[in-house]
Amino acid sequence: MTSGDQRGPSDERGPVTTLATPIRLDYVFSAGIAQSRNLRGLAEGKFVGQRCGVCHKVYVPSRGSCPVDGVATDDVVELANTGTVTTYCVVNVPFAGQSIEIPYICAMVLLDGADISFMGLIQEIPTDEVRMGLRVEAVWVDPEDLGPTMASVKYFRPTGDPDADYETYKDYT
Amino acid sequence: MSERVAVIGAGQTHHKAKRDDVSIAGLVREAALRALEDAGVGWKEIDAVVIGKAPDMFEGVMMPELYLAPALGAVGKPIFRVHTAGSVGGSTALVAAHLVSSGIHQRVLSVAFEKQSDSDAMWALSVPQPFSAPLLAGAGGYFAPHIRAYMRRSGAPRDIGMKVAVKDRLQALKNPYAHLHLPDISLQMVEESIMLWDPLHYLEACPSSDGAAAMVLGSDKAASEAQAATGRRPAWVHGMAMRSEPTMFAGRDQINPQAGRDCAKDVYAQAGVSDPRSEFDCAEVYVPFSWYEPMWLENLGFCAEGDGWKLTEEGATALDGGDIPWNCSGGVLSSNPIGASGMLRFLEVALQVRGEAGEHQVDGARLALGQAYGGGSQFFAMWVLGSERP
Amino acid sequence: MPRQGHRPVAVVSFAQADNVRRELRRNEVETLMPVFAEVFSNIGITKDDVGFICSGSTDYLAGGPFSFVSALDAIGVWPPRTESHVEMDGAWALYEAWVRLQEGDIDAALVYGFGKSSMSDLSKVLALQLDPYVLAPLWPDPVSVAALQARSLLDAGKATERDFAEVAARSRKAALSNPKAQVAYDRNVAELMGEDYVVSPLRTHTLPPITDGAAAIVLAAGDKAFEWAERPAWITGIDHRVETHSLGARDLTASASTTKAAEVAGVNDGTVEVAELHAPFAPQELIVAAALGLGDDVLVNPSGGALAANPIMSAGLIRIGEAASRIMDGSAGRVVAHATSGPALQQNLVAVLEGV
Repeated sequence: MTSGDQRGPSDERGPVTTLATPIRLDYVFSAGIAQSRNLRGLAEGKFVGQRCGVCHKVYVPSRGSCPVDGVATDDVVELANTGTVTTYCVVNVPFAGQSIEIPYICAMVLLDGADISFMGLIQEIPTDEVRMGLRVEAVWVDPEDLGPTMASVKYFRPTGDPDADYETYKDYT
Repeated sequence: MSERVAVIGAGQTHHKAKRDDVSIAGLVREAALRALEDAGVGWKEIDAVVIGKAPDMFEGVMMPELYLAPALGAVGKPIFRVHTAGSVGGSTALVAAHLVSSGIHQRVLSVAFEKQSDSDAMWALSVPQPFSAPLLAGAGGYFAPHIRAYMRRSGAPRDIGMKVAVKDRLQALKNPYAHLHLPDISLQMVEESIMLWDPLHYLEACPSSDGAAAMVLGSDKAASEAQAATGRRPAWVHGMAMRSEPTMFAGRDQINPQAGRDCAKDVYAQAGVSDPRSEFDCAEVYVPFSWYEPMWLENLGFCAEGDGWKLTEEGATALDGGDIPWNCSGGVLSSNPIGASGMLRFLEVALQVRGEAGEHQVDGARLALGQAYGGGSQFFAMWVLGSERP
Repeated sequence: MPRQGHRPVAVVSFAQADNVRRELRRNEVETLMPVFAEVFSNIGITKDDVGFICSGSTDYLAGGPFSFVSALDAIGVWPPRTESHVEMDGAWALYEAWVRLQEGDIDAALVYGFGKSSMSDLSKVLALQLDPYVLAPLWPDPVSVAALQARSLLDAGKATERDFAEVAARSRKAALSNPKAQVAYDRNVAELMGEDYVVSPLRTHTLPPITDGAAAIVLAAGDKAFEWAERPAWITGIDHRVETHSLGARDLTASASTTKAAEVAGVNDGTVEVAELHAPFAPQELIVAAALGLGDDVLVNPSGGALAANPIMSAGLIRIGEAASRIMDGSAGRVVAHATSGPALQQNLVAVLEGV
């Protein structure tokens, strides 16, 4: 490192430009009340949504409150295993922590009965055949591997049903 | 009562992938000293410092303003730290401006920076959090699906984004501070660059930069003193506004967010602007991925909804021959020190209306819009600057 | 009421979460929701009645970037709102809101601060606040930094260890009447002096608890304040200042930034009845009280202060809320609130609040 002035190094070895300080911090996260309902559903192989008592929209997963009304979403709604791809991209870039072979499809999936889409992986279809409006269903990990985590959903795959009409999902990208 | 505010000094660093020639303090001082010199003042004349940056994990320093206070001449003064995600550079300038418009201070130094190379920025953005979905797509993967949705909604041809990518890099060639200088940039070069997040090519995405920006905001009195001392005109604030909306909610329009439209409406009303395309001489708008130019053209009311791509296609937003040049500096696509990127938008329009933008100057620019956005397009900061005292 | 031609702005409502060692049941959003509900219902308003929102929190406490973003879901910022965030204690969010209210186009603001200190090891997290080149790599923990400051006080002959214990005994006893306190007891000084050192010269009683918490305040200007509150706590002066970062370059036995902020805020332009001081470590209360020039007759920290509960990022805001409450409940006419940030009281904010 050097100081902010423009005098330059006086030492013939030049300035120190790197100083490595490894930082490791461990955190204990709390899922919270609403998120716990969702996670318990995932452990049973199902999607659990929560309805806002004010605007009646169904959130999955719910963080605890309706982001529009600021009230708890206490009304629990079991959701279908099927949904619609509202939009997507093809991931071709490798990055740290990635566990899937590229290229792959990362899509926004709107579950039937939900009012918000969430990000999911689309498999069992060539990447160039994926499209907005594609009908998909969740594929879960083996029952003994189910747990309170989004990782319980392996991916989504096409149901083979006709594509959803654009008008039905265009407001949920 | 609201007092007049002006930008009386501006400074930025050379933006690069890695500024290992300076410490964090050295980086912010480089920009700050240039701003002070431009304003014709020293540290003594500064009443307060407002500093902004994106997440602290980018450098691995918690609340770095504490460590930076002496380097920014803030000892014995107020120093204030803003963090509003990607819009932070803009919000920081606005918080500083309000300290003047509220009549509390005469001269406030606003600084924003990022030294991404000090940590691993991709890592910092994707710290694994339990309970939430595992990050499937990386940073650009968040925005690429929205770009696809925009293409579908507007019917825009696939090459619009590439045109923005070329235009902004050509403009960056006229900005000596820009990170990317790609003299050979062409549509073919963009098209042949790797498709990172289809529909987004590598060259349609912003770089990762180290850099800082600084401005001195001054009162009416400070502005006339600066002009007398330096001979340089101030850039007057004609309007400023911030808006936020929730990140995710049922039916949220992520392509044309309400918060952006409301923010623009507010800032135009303050500045008396009814037709932004004809009344502004230029704009600096946060476009980290090429397709955000046509999207923001619509969001900011420069055209009807669905028509943004047409302005890009016909060259309306080019410095060379366009009627409403956008991002003459090369924009975020050419320099992206995240925390400072928003402030650079605000600073570049100050340079334009002061006639100080050098080679990327728009002839006779008198009124211009600066915009910054952040998060998942839910935080907005804007200001309108003019050469005329309001 | 206000000084220097400032627009009159008052604290009209205050609410805080229960201060607990470890909030495992609720996430941040769920912790904040009831706080917002209370701060609004106290004065019969809704989120639609405030024109500006500002919060204080820090990513390093939350363990992820942009931790303030989801907190907005606890309010419901729709339609879009004018909103801002500081990576500072909520007391500074209140400062930004006070500035914003000066211009007359907005009449009310919601400010809040939140953080869960229990999520990680504070002694490591707070070390990252220090100079990244020469201090942080040594990982100095906050208790040791505070012990250096306490040692300086002793060596300068400005205080004794018994003084530290008296601050702790008085604060924890006062905390017995604060339903939100996390640590409260009635123990005599001799008993406290018998405790072992954690880091000499700091014994257990001189340390703050580790606290998860959150707090919110509604500010209102002019007539709006009288409309919403019977006795608004008018902010008649507010300022904040910073000192140099290097501990070796500072007189750790004094707080020049507090003194300067107090001067600008006008602390000694009238009689101070109550002071709520943000002094996480007992010796720091002595330093701050001296820097403010408080006399012996001032009631200091009737809430128990940060020794009763120290939710990082809202403990400073809570001092303003507690001080304002003395005005709002009619028990005092002129009070002082103080908030601090950074190692060894590096940065300080001072506010003076008054009744009509």
